[in-house]
Amino acid sequence: MKNSILTIMKKEFVRFFTDRRMVLTTVIMPGLMIYLLYSFMGSGLASQFETDEDYVSNVYAVDLPESVRAMEEGAPVEFTQVSAEDVDKSLDALENGEAGFDLLAVFPKDFDAQVAAYDVAAGGEAPAVKLYYNSTDSDSQSSYHVMTGLLDTYESALANKFDVNPGEDTYDLATEEDMSAQIFSMMVPMLMMVFLFSGCMAVAPESIAGEKERGTIATLLVTPMKRSHLAIGKIISLSAIAILSGLSSFLGTMLSLPKMMGDMEGVNANVYKMTDYILVLLVVLSTVLVIITLVSIISAFARNVKEATGWVTPVMIISMLLGVTSMVESLCMTDPVWFLIPLYNSAQSMNGIFSMDVNVVNIVVTVVSNVCYAGIGVFVLAKMFDSEKVMFSK
Amino acid sequence: MKELLKVQNLRKTFKISAKQQKIERTKQRLKVAVDDLSFTAYEGEVFGLLGPNGAGKTTTLRIMSALVKPDKGDVLVDGASVVKNPEEVRGKIGFLTSELKLEEFFTPNYLFQFFSELHGVDKAVAETRKQNLFEKFGITKFAEVKVGDLSTGMKQKISLVISIVHDPDIIIFDEPTNGLDVLTAKVVTDFLLELKGQGKTIVVSTHIFSLIEKICDRVGVIIDGKMAVCDTLDNLTAEKPLEEKFFDIFAERAGGIDEK
Repeated sequence: MKNSILTIMKKEFVRFFTDRRMVLTTVIMPGLMIYLLYSFMGSGLASQFETDEDYVSNVYAVDLPESVRAMEEGAPVEFTQVSAEDVDKSLDALENGEAGFDLLAVFPKDFDAQVAAYDVAAGGEAPAVKLYYNSTDSDSQSSYHVMTGLLDTYESALANKFDVNPGEDTYDLATEEDMSAQIFSMMVPMLMMVFLFSGCMAVAPESIAGEKERGTIATLLVTPMKRSHLAIGKIISLSAIAILSGLSSFLGTMLSLPKMMGDMEGVNANVYKMTDYILVLLVVLSTVLVIITLVSIISAFARNVKEATGWVTPVMIISMLLGVTSMVESLCMTDPVWFLIPLYNSAQSMNGIFSMDVNVVNIVVTVVSNVCYAGIGVFVLAKMFDSEKVMFSK
Repeated sequence: MKELLKVQNLRKTFKISAKQQKIERTKQRLKVAVDDLSFTAYEGEVFGLLGPNGAGKTTTLRIMSALVKPDKGDVLVDGASVVKNPEEVRGKIGFLTSELKLEEFFTPNYLFQFFSELHGVDKAVAETRKQNLFEKFGITKFAEVKVGDLSTGMKQKISLVISIVHDPDIIIFDEPTNGLDVLTAKVVTDFLLELKGQGKTIVVSTHIFSLIEKICDRVGVIIDGKMAVCDTLDNLTAEKPLEEKFFDIFAERAGGIDEK
């Protein structure tokens, strides 16, 4: 009666897909929310640190030397000479964010003469320029960078013995692929572990502990269906739903991650080939099977959904910690034996794929071991469905 | 007559939790729910299990329907053992108890189709059976309404219909009229009589004497997990009404099994 597996799967799908609220909260919302959240975060962060390219910094200067004033031409900066008596008032205004300027530069009197007279070899105290700014104001922060850049260039020009990376040539040899691989391999495995677990948590406790709580699982248990068929039907259908939820989050992440990085040049998901995505999908499928089985077993022990969710939460934290290992190089092992550890193997395999350092043996070990763990889990779940102590505990 | 359902020396104990021990003020760790219980239901007869609450009626029925396992003994359902072939047993019986709930999200139509598939009933046969049963119980006009939106009586009718989707020869009903209004209870009672007329073997547990008197051929009185008396309804009610007889038996309760 293999049909009973299909019947159970069909029932789970009907239950899920005809409930618009469940579809919305489990499949559509995660991806959409992640996309919007990351995009807004990226825009917010970018606007925090970026200023208008045409913006001209308004710099108040005390004892502005001629050499620096000459730089005004060709630089996005406009100087206004103020007297030394105005310094305190200007600092207060800058601190309170009420200043009509972006930065206050205080030069020593006779700056140019002091610079000319200064002997580096003598090691005396060099003439100091003080730049006051407010880092919480993006214009002020930007003006600070403009001024330090300007003064550094001036300082270099005074004793130009050699240049580093002169001209317009490209010296950073990282390719677009390298940059994307670095960003995605660091972020995505950890995020995927969280999203996949969240997807599983959204469906499994409700389907197992919920049915137990409502007394509907007993109605299934008096039918001639094998307990193992019930377990397999539940695991496969719940995995499929959890994968949809995970894929929704995955899509949201891949599409919005470049935006979160402030549209960093070169970072995009197009650098990966179809085979990379197929490998990711294989790892994700096997990972979801393991998580769903684990959550289902815990849910079968629980008396109700609330209890199941409470028991699953610590496991989710462990899963997140294992996901974080992909961000720490010293925890990234390459020996295949390490890839027998469930969840760790998934995070590491995804890390390998996204960093374009695919180790086929390790991925095979991951997928095969995960399927084996899920098989053992199905066996345990079937035994639990057959145990009156577990299924009818009050 | 063919022995369609044979209960043999059934024993079932449950562990008493520390909390329950406190409530019941007992130091016993085990509660004997069913103790060396034996009886037989013959083909085409209605066997009634009568007893007070906690006597072990429901536990007995749950073992008979292969939902729980006995500690000792066995039940043979048309030759199939609940211990050795529980799946075969579940395919042969229709079991109804208040513990078995229906998913409130689904409609009666969907549930009938779903359970028919689990029992391996042919689609066309299931459709005809559904139309007949829905018509008989007045479910037709609620067929596409979610179970959660229906009344308690209607839910009970749907549960009853779902329990017999596969048209089983052996039907086990636990308190089938419990909590129902008189009209719904009458529909259920009439249906049991109809099933009896069709030659089905029915085991019904209840503490409603009138139901026993109306439908049963033989009666087993269970007290403290033991079969106190097992006899034909005619013999039991020969001298006095069933209710009085039951209280006599309950007062004696130490009596052994007297099966005929």
